Amino acid sequence: MLNILYFARLREDLNTDQEQFDLPEDVTTTDQLRDLLMNRGERWQNALSTEGLLVAINQDVCDWNTPLTGNEEVAFFPPVTGG
Amino acid sequence: MSVSKQTHIHVQTEDFDLNIEYAALRKDCPAIGAITTFTGLMRDFNSNGHSASESHSANEYDSVTTLTLEHYPGMTEKVLSDIVEQARARWELVGVRIVHRIGEMQPSDQIVFVGVSSAHRGDAFAACEFIMDFLKTQAPFWKKEKTTEGERWVDAKTSDDDSADRWL
Repeated sequence: MLNILYFARLREDLNTDQEQFDLPEDVTTTDQLRDLLMNRGERWQNALSTEGLLVAINQDVCDWNTPLTGNEEVAFFPPVTGG
Repeated sequence: MSVSKQTHIHVQTEDFDLNIEYAALRKDCPAIGAITTFTGLMRDFNSNGHSASESHSANEYDSVTTLTLEHYPGMTEKVLSDIVEQARARWELVGVRIVHRIGEMQPSDQIVFVGVSSAHRGDAFAACEFIMDFLKTQAPFWKKEKTTEGERWVDAKTSDDDSADRWL
């Protein structure tokens, strides 16, 4: 089961902070997961097109071609602004 | 003599006390010759870079009244620990303390504390700045400003990336 988290502007725009589902077999990378989510409609398309969007697998920021097995915690979030 | 190289990382809603943080860095370690501390405060600047208090006609600008900070629990602590380990690999450090607040804050409130102790001031100065530069660009915190004109998420600054890139 994939656990997906959304933070900050994304959480607000998507009106959700977390969801879980089984990764479809044909989705094997972070980029493909983003495409899958963007296919849900305009709201998802816009939110996941955010400039500088970051993706983390198991709490490590990673590239968009990182492989997924389907048992990860995946987080999407905008560029960070702490400090 | 054994030197205890302690790292403390706290993400909390409560305010922090500079004296307590400083005392903790200084405690029980005569090998320390220098302590550098940094405190980040909330200012009333809006995202356009104007300060309401600087401006003679404050009405021109919407000043920030409240800041709300959120983070990614777990990843934040992991990223901050990694940053401290990188700093320890570059400089000779004894204690490192990081406190970052989350939740609602008002202008002049303390947001973040970084304190570093070392045998030498050069290491303490450099490591403190290094930790802050990477905290700003890598730790998963996000700020939302409430202004007289409404709410907005703060945009990341390229100048912060430039500051972190200096160390590479």
